[in-house]
Amino acid sequence: MFDAAIKIFSNSYTWAHYWEGLVTTVQLTLLSLLVGGLLAVPLAIMRTSKNKLINWPVWVFTYVFRGTPLLIQLYMIYYGVTLIEGIQESFWWEIFKHALYPTLIAFSLNTAAYTTEIFRGAIEATPRGEIEAAKAYGMGWGLRMRRIILPSAFRRAIPAYSNEVIFMMHATSIASLVTIIDLLGAARDIYAKYYAPFEAFIFVGLIYLCLTFGILAIFKRIEKKMLAHLAPR
Amino acid sequence: MSENAALVVSDIHKKFGDHEVLKGISLTASKGDVISLIGSSGSGKSTFLRCINLLEVPTSGEIQVHGENIAFKTDKRGERIPANSRQVEQMRSRLSMVFQGFNLWSHMTVMENIIEAPIHVLGVSKAEAIERAEEHLNRVGLYERKDYYPAHMSGGQQQRAAIARALAMNPDVMLFDEPTSALDPELVGEVLKVMRGLAEEGRTMIVVTHEMSFARDVSNHVVYLHQGVIEEQGDPQEVFTNPKSERMKQFLSPKY
Repeated sequence: MFDAAIKIFSNSYTWAHYWEGLVTTVQLTLLSLLVGGLLAVPLAIMRTSKNKLINWPVWVFTYVFRGTPLLIQLYMIYYGVTLIEGIQESFWWEIFKHALYPTLIAFSLNTAAYTTEIFRGAIEATPRGEIEAAKAYGMGWGLRMRRIILPSAFRRAIPAYSNEVIFMMHATSIASLVTIIDLLGAARDIYAKYYAPFEAFIFVGLIYLCLTFGILAIFKRIEKKMLAHLAPR
Repeated sequence: MSENAALVVSDIHKKFGDHEVLKGISLTASKGDVISLIGSSGSGKSTFLRCINLLEVPTSGEIQVHGENIAFKTDKRGERIPANSRQVEQMRSRLSMVFQGFNLWSHMTVMENIIEAPIHVLGVSKAEAIERAEEHLNRVGLYERKDYYPAHMSGGQQQRAAIARALAMNPDVMLFDEPTSALDPELVGEVLKVMRGLAEEGRTMIVVTHEMSFARDVSNHVVYLHQGVIEEQGDPQEVFTNPKSERMKQFLSPKY
């Protein structure tokens, strides 16, 4: 059994391929979290609006994207766009002919939906008295949102959001199904090359595990700093 | 109405659905007045205070701050709302409020709580806001706690911090909504002491309170509310020693 492992991991191609996959996984994760997070802030604010015309479309968006598997969303965007008439002649094709962009779009929208709901919950949990105090001190809607409600809500959202980050990082593995060589894609290549599924996948599993611990460690530090006001004393 | 009236509130009515909580209440606060609003629970005294800075919008009635009338309009559903939110924000920045539940912003330290509105609402520079905040913190005896978060302080300390936050606005009138009702008995004194100091300093204050000794000894005018109307008002010595109305007599008599 060790013979196979030695054979696989003594080859520099293996390491280079896994490295390439790791870089892709990290890029996919960070970019989709960045875009999704930026989308989620205005969406969450809209979602808490009392005006149905503002909050209902966001509700539909989050329920569609949270209610269907990410893989289906990826297929819809990856294969679906090719069906749009004339797209292959348009400038958009430059973007959509690569697998990376449809994948990033699917991932970003998906994490945006989950993050919107996390932020919405945190915004709605803002103590009423604190909002009232902000009003009583002459703060208008924008100032209240920017200085009181969002800073307080983002802090409350950190623990739930750290889960979303971990889920998203793991979910990027389905990018391998649309030809992207991420960590899982690299593992599949190695498996195919040496016909050594156990070694190839257990190794990549360990990398995911290490990434998860890394994310947890980062969030532990963030929580210690940003949630100091809730810590027991 | 006197020339130096800081606040004139006239004929305030407030309905919640069919239930009329306030049935025409008027009040004038001149500079330096300390007015206590007393009455049993449900008499409408807190609602009245919240109508003054429009945390509740009165169903009818006028509010005038330093001679400026707040403008109202009627919205699509026929409800009365302030016509100009800028005017309301400006008015609120001149009346600071101290709440029963403190309502400090929990993610900010005491110092950050105090300088927040002066910087972002009044446009004071950060350095100046901090300098003034330190004075107010000394004033309420909390200088050493300036970097604490609210959750790490006692109720009495939180309320004193909230008073420092109110002072930092350099308000024309301070509104106190049952400031000691949420406090443990042994912490009430430290808050009342600070409030008494403010009264002696000549601050204009309107205080909703259950502390009869405060109403009697510190305020210069007492208003007794009963079921949404002013049942009796006047000089505290007069009102407390010689109540005219039956209800006021009952209210003041020992309950046990």
